[in-house]
Amino acid sequence: MYLFEQEAESISMNTDFILLATRAVNQAILANESEIESLDREIGDGDHFINIKRGCATIVAMHDELAGLAPDAALQKIGMKLLSTIGGASGPLIGSFFMAMAKAVKEQGAETLPQIASSFAAGVEAIKHRGKADVGEKTMLDVLIPVSHTFSRLAAEGFERAELFEVLKREAEQGMLSTRDMVATKGRAAFLGARAIGHIDPGARTSQVIISTICDLAAAK
Amino acid sequence: MKKFINQVDDLLAESLSGFASAHHDLVSLHLDPNYLVRAQKAQNKVALISGGGSGHEPLHTGFVGYGMLDAACPGHVFTSPTPDQMLAAAEAAESGKGVLFIVKNYAGDIMNFEMAAEMLPFEHATVIISDDVAVENSTYTTGRRGVAGTVIVEKCVGSLAETGADLAACKALGDRVNGRTASMGVALTSCTVPAAGRPTFDIEHHELEMGVGIHGEPGRRREKMRSADEIVADLVGAILEDLQPAAGSDVLLMVNGFTGTPLMELYVLYNSAAKLLEQRGLNIIRSLVGDYTTSLEMAGASITVCLLDDEIRRHWDSPVHTAALRWGR
Repeated sequence: MYLFEQEAESISMNTDFILLATRAVNQAILANESEIESLDREIGDGDHFINIKRGCATIVAMHDELAGLAPDAALQKIGMKLLSTIGGASGPLIGSFFMAMAKAVKEQGAETLPQIASSFAAGVEAIKHRGKADVGEKTMLDVLIPVSHTFSRLAAEGFERAELFEVLKREAEQGMLSTRDMVATKGRAAFLGARAIGHIDPGARTSQVIISTICDLAAAK
Repeated sequence: MKKFINQVDDLLAESLSGFASAHHDLVSLHLDPNYLVRAQKAQNKVALISGGGSGHEPLHTGFVGYGMLDAACPGHVFTSPTPDQMLAAAEAAESGKGVLFIVKNYAGDIMNFEMAAEMLPFEHATVIISDDVAVENSTYTTGRRGVAGTVIVEKCVGSLAETGADLAACKALGDRVNGRTASMGVALTSCTVPAAGRPTFDIEHHELEMGVGIHGEPGRRREKMRSADEIVADLVGAILEDLQPAAGSDVLLMVNGFTGTPLMELYVLYNSAAKLLEQRGLNIIRSLVGDYTTSLEMAGASITVCLLDDEIRRHWDSPVHTAALRWGR
């Protein structure tokens, strides 16, 4: 508990951190362009990277109007913007994540690791609810759900911060790799049936890249 | 890819602007967020709003006007529109009796309309169209897809809404027409999404895709090209197996082109389907033949059968004045 209390003083998901994270995520996504694109060509319909890239660029371009906002208002604004720019099925899923997270931050704050973990869990829950999907369907949820569970558990146990984010990175990677052997039952890979086996889900890979990037920032903070 | 395009990114806005300009007596266009509303706002009726990916014209923009929709929200080609479009359209079209969304059953459309509904400051309901009997679980949805039967639902609910009926009645009629309507399509060629620049699927010269969806997504099976009668027998067979109509039932028979098939061939399909329905003892008392729910430049067609009753027939017959459907006024 000593560690938890100590960390509770020093970590906070403020708007500066959110902006820093979106810039870093934008760079990380661009750095993995060819790999994500080729995963999507194999079992998606080829527009995943275009949509994610457009979403990231839109948020980075909004930095000036986000900078003065409270964290919950910034998250809400990001969610609304992604909802209206990404479109298709990804827009509502990612938009819902940010809006649910915004609501949780507004209600509980984001000054301690357990609070941040709880707001992340609220976002993941919103994706599950909106997409009517769960673990094992070869989607981004195969990364997000295990990461969220572990985050909540370790935060409650008062894990040391740098170590906690290392564990989450490993969890994300395992989740991403686990999609390789799955048959998809949601999303556009679903019609491939057994043909999708052996391919990592592009949404899971994107989620893992994003989580890994944010964990590095949070651990170093 | 050989298409009439200036810049791919401008295609949708230019097409919508052209449509609004050609039909300025019927619709007005709002860009960013994109939506079309009736040129003269209707008063004191349920506002009917539909939308979906572009590339299926005249669905939905061509059905905005008296007796059908109050507003339509076009997304990018084959991509669902977004909630901000639906909210803005609802704000513009609502006239005190609430909003009814008419949504084709595709994951993206469902989720975007669902989010818009949650944010809507008006009384609202949603009718989900699921008339495609080709595949239970398709590429893009869980459950049956919504295809050309959408036109019949929009026409009938549009007629009822025009009488001042309340939201619950409009929703109930929409669900009822959807439940009495079944469709199935067949593709002879693929289509090319302009931003992608290459055909959505590969299909050989001698092949057809039986049960194709309206975005060129896979259907029941790939098979060798056959005669029109043999193809229609499969389509009508699947539709009747689903609807199980009693002999003596009155029906509406719709033959819908995907764009690339000439009207001459659509009537060949109609001729063949009509014979089969008559053999089953069905009375075809209404018909619709033409391109109403298209798939860019795809060659192919779908057949839709709607089981009529007095109420549905009356709403089908009532006056309508839109860019793509007009009779009685």
